[in-house]
Amino acid sequence: MDALVLTVILTSVPLILAATGELIAEKTGVLNLGVEGMMLMGAVAAFAVTSLSGNPYFGIVAAACAGGITAGVFAIFALGLATNQVATGLALTIFGAGLSGLIGAPYVGGTIDGLAVVAIPFLSDLPVLGGLFFKLDLLAYFSILMLGLVGFFLNNTRAGLILRAVGNNHDSAHALGYSVLRVRCGAVIFGGVMAGLAGAYLPLVLTPHWSEGMTAGRGWIALALVVFASWMPSRILIGALLFGGITIMQLVGQARGWEMPSQFLSMLPYLATIAVLVLISRNRNFALMRAPAHLGRIFIGTK
Amino acid sequence: MTRPHAATSLKTPPVLSAVGLTKSFGDFRANDAVSFSIQPGEIHALLGENGAGKSTFVKLVYGLLQPDEGQIFWQGQPVHISGPLQARQLGIGMVFQHFSLFESLSVAENIQLALPAGENLAALSDRIRAMSDAYGLAIDPNAYIHNLSVGQQQRVEVMRCLLQNPSLLIMDEPTSVLTPQETDQLFSVLRQFAENGMAVLFISHKLDEIRALTSRATVLRRGRNVGTVDTKKNSNRQLAELMVGRKIADVTRQSAPDQSKAVCVIKNLQKPKPTAFAVTLNYISFTANAGEILAIAGIAGNGQDEIMAALSGEWRPPSAGVIMLDGQDISHLGPAARRRVGLGVVPEERNGHAAIPSMSLSYNALLTNHSLGKTVQHGVIDGAATKVIAAEVIDRFDVRVPSDDPMAASLSGGNLQKFVVGREIIKSPRLLVVAQPTWGVDVGAAVSIRKSMLELAARGSAVIMISQDLEEVFAIAHKIAVLHDGCLSDVMPASNVTAEQVGILMGGAAVMEEASA
Amino acid sequence: MISMTPRKDISLQRTLVTPVVSIMMTLCVGAIIFAVLGYDPLASLYQFFIAPLSRPDQVADLFVKACPLIITATGLVFCYRANVWNIGAEGQIVMGAVCAGGVALFVPGLPDMLLMPAMILAAMVGGMAWALIPGVLKVRFNTNEILVSLMLTYVAALFIDWLVRGPWRDPQSFGFPLTKSYDEAALIQRVDVPGIGTLGQLHWGVVAALVLAFVASFVISRTLFGFQVKVMGDAPRAGAFSGFSAARTTIGVLCISGACAGVAGMVEVSANMGQLQPEVSFGYGFTAIIVAFLARLNPLGVIAAGLVIALAELGGDSAQMALGMPKVVTGVFKGILLFMLLAGETFNRFQLRISWPAFNRAPAARGR
Repeated sequence: MDALVLTVILTSVPLILAATGELIAEKTGVLNLGVEGMMLMGAVAAFAVTSLSGNPYFGIVAAACAGGITAGVFAIFALGLATNQVATGLALTIFGAGLSGLIGAPYVGGTIDGLAVVAIPFLSDLPVLGGLFFKLDLLAYFSILMLGLVGFFLNNTRAGLILRAVGNNHDSAHALGYSVLRVRCGAVIFGGVMAGLAGAYLPLVLTPHWSEGMTAGRGWIALALVVFASWMPSRILIGALLFGGITIMQLVGQARGWEMPSQFLSMLPYLATIAVLVLISRNRNFALMRAPAHLGRIFIGTK
Repeated sequence: MTRPHAATSLKTPPVLSAVGLTKSFGDFRANDAVSFSIQPGEIHALLGENGAGKSTFVKLVYGLLQPDEGQIFWQGQPVHISGPLQARQLGIGMVFQHFSLFESLSVAENIQLALPAGENLAALSDRIRAMSDAYGLAIDPNAYIHNLSVGQQQRVEVMRCLLQNPSLLIMDEPTSVLTPQETDQLFSVLRQFAENGMAVLFISHKLDEIRALTSRATVLRRGRNVGTVDTKKNSNRQLAELMVGRKIADVTRQSAPDQSKAVCVIKNLQKPKPTAFAVTLNYISFTANAGEILAIAGIAGNGQDEIMAALSGEWRPPSAGVIMLDGQDISHLGPAARRRVGLGVVPEERNGHAAIPSMSLSYNALLTNHSLGKTVQHGVIDGAATKVIAAEVIDRFDVRVPSDDPMAASLSGGNLQKFVVGREIIKSPRLLVVAQPTWGVDVGAAVSIRKSMLELAARGSAVIMISQDLEEVFAIAHKIAVLHDGCLSDVMPASNVTAEQVGILMGGAAVMEEASA
Repeated sequence: MISMTPRKDISLQRTLVTPVVSIMMTLCVGAIIFAVLGYDPLASLYQFFIAPLSRPDQVADLFVKACPLIITATGLVFCYRANVWNIGAEGQIVMGAVCAGGVALFVPGLPDMLLMPAMILAAMVGGMAWALIPGVLKVRFNTNEILVSLMLTYVAALFIDWLVRGPWRDPQSFGFPLTKSYDEAALIQRVDVPGIGTLGQLHWGVVAALVLAFVASFVISRTLFGFQVKVMGDAPRAGAFSGFSAARTTIGVLCISGACAGVAGMVEVSANMGQLQPEVSFGYGFTAIIVAFLARLNPLGVIAAGLVIALAELGGDSAQMALGMPKVVTGVFKGILLFMLLAGETFNRFQLRISWPAFNRAPAARGR
């Protein structure tokens, strides 16, 4: 049982990281569908650099850079050249999947030493809770920290206010003199860095090897998570844990010898995502109030 | 009567002056060597018709655009205004025509975004309350913008400027969204500002207001400053002719027929609001008669969109018998079917609603003709037939086009509007419903469109015109009803009612009177 | 500072030149990436784009490779023109193949003449049904069709995996995940030109694909439905004003797109494999998205675009054999190509100007 709860927590970490990053991007009005691609770039960068250097922390840095640079490509097209955000995001996913496969080709079959567990003194000695929540790796702690910071940032700082304003009405923001493109670019790159870190978590903690497309749709689930969380950071944690739980159903089923074929159990996360999306979009009023009004709209400022 | 721009030399330098300001967009010269000056404590009007360059000029002053040539002087010193932030630092405040507010944020947050960093929300809220009391602009700092009326939102915009102690306040067409009473309130506030030494630059094309409020007016025509005049000494007609550059013919109305047959009867039109941003329609009933133009006056946002959707068929009432045309119940019919029984509709927004900018005029003609038989056979489009229809409209309604079957986007606003209105009138519909028929359109096109509408009525059709322009309403309507907050007043003959009465109804007073009776 | 002003008119010249320029740019960027990763750029480009066409029967194989792309992309054109973002063609291909396979393998007693039409019908229904899930959810609940259709691709892949390893597995396949082979009547035959014989692997599915593209082109440009699709995509408010229903348009284009994808799946299986296996779509559903964009959402352009992309796919095989490059490199090309196409779209629609602040500093004041 303990092992299962731990697995749920670990599975949810990449979702939290990626969703938090995408939330910031979407709050400024940018819909970046390339999360899957950015995660894969992060994963391959983490694996390759860790493999070469022997130090997983270098891998984390590499993953963050890879994610940020990949997001930068998105920014050049979707923000600089005002291309259609949906199509650009898809292009990023296809490109990221391909490039990561190319870079990772020599590393298939290899293995690395992943991130060490960092036990928090005191708290990790608590019964039950200590073992579960306070004996995690650095990235896991970081994901929770970032979630809290982002929530605080959005609601309590001037920069967060500007961010929300840009996503609500980019024309007004422009009229007041704020650089819409600069704010969005920063948000998109932040989203990329977070997605890169999310991708890094896969080879560094969850499964210490590299294979093409190892994110298996987690990037898309992270996108759904942002909708599920109604663009509120606090809800991302709940959603991620929920999805983590559903994902491990397959392991539970196999362990318990359930009758259901494994493929159906593996379908659960994807079906659950659909169900969640339907539930959230049912309430039009709610969605209208919460979604950044200018999400996905292209901004062109005249000078 | 008109004086060329005079050099200012008096004791105090002008708050703002500009010399030779030029700005082009591609080939189009929006501002052509414009010179201008305004003194402290002066209320100065910037006058011109749509497209004359007024918005461009103030955007140059506010730093949203950079001039190609020319120089701006602030308090007599040359300055380079790099952006709105710097403009605000200098002491220029601007209230846009289309507000630059953030709907999902609070009043205080909206104001905070326009001020330099450093002040926390609580302190700012106190300052807002203090200022609001001082000038009588009732605002609650914690209210969310989407919950405020348009008039209240404008007050937030004004407050936002005030809190930075501007020396110059620019207002771009502020009264287009206000009732006459709210306009009076705004004017008295502006006069207070002027008395305290603030300069006010007031953009408008409403001549009565300009003559009531301002002392001097600078007239722009086709990007050029054609003169600065003393507003008290000029009549409306003289100002209008300065704006247009030539003599204007009036539209003369014919009197409505005495016995008029009802063409369209609306009974108990009721529409609950689907979202927080919409307006409920409350049991609206009225009749449009043959040969008459019935104007539905009212400020935007009081249910006009909802009535248009109900009349055009884009929204259909769930019960029967709500909308009758020539005795036939059309409540359940969609837009295409309604056209078949003789309904013509011209929505307010010509870009993306009435017409598609990226498509040709012949395809735009197809948009409202495909259910009428001539243009589509067995599901296949007859391209030649659509071109013929478009050509007819272009010819009969004097639409100026750059080529044979151009993209709608390549037409000027006035010409596209002439096309979109003509596209319906040419079918001689039994009922023509049109919203804001001359919004954003040059004077010549406006006169032409209003003439076509009167001619259609004279031929026996009924016309329903939704308009927030009282000048237009009194120019051509035979009957007037007023829409406020989803409720429609009684229909009154235009000759029996004054603008002031209409203004009161627009502000909702009739409802209040009923409630207190 | 880049400023963009919309162009008033888009010349035909520009419309045709842009995809070509995009392809050129893609080749350049691709060559650079190859070089950085240690592969010889020129040899790589040769293997990718020249080598696959060096023999005549290989040209026929190009059409064979393009066939599923053309069919699927033709359907996607309808969706994207209507602004309905069907990303799940991959899953719809699978479900179409599954339904057709079900008919081929398990419907007893169908006369040979009816088998193929029944399979086609089943494939269309299967693909349509899979596409209608996001469609109905969008129309009733306003759910985002991108994520739903995407999730369903994973579900479809798992479903066929289960079928082929489980209930539909051929008992005589020695444990391999394969169904029984289809009967002769369920296979799509090679095109046999009297006097010349067969042309490589060219089969009748290719002919069907070309016919489909032409029919689609007619529908889009000359019918009222095609007009409806374009209007609802460009200006939905104008469409509602005109009397078109957004819900019906969404369902309609998804039906078309799903049916096309389903048929593409069925054709691939019946022409090339002859039985069902866990992998029947090979990413064609996603590749078709790029084909649709390369074709600038024009059904006739889909033919040319399909051939170009098919060339890149064949090139990937050839580069893998000759240079040891992993198959996934075609994904890199496709991604870059899509970026370049999108950028080209921007250059088409807008006039870009780069302005330097120096030019904007106002010169000395001039008199009126």
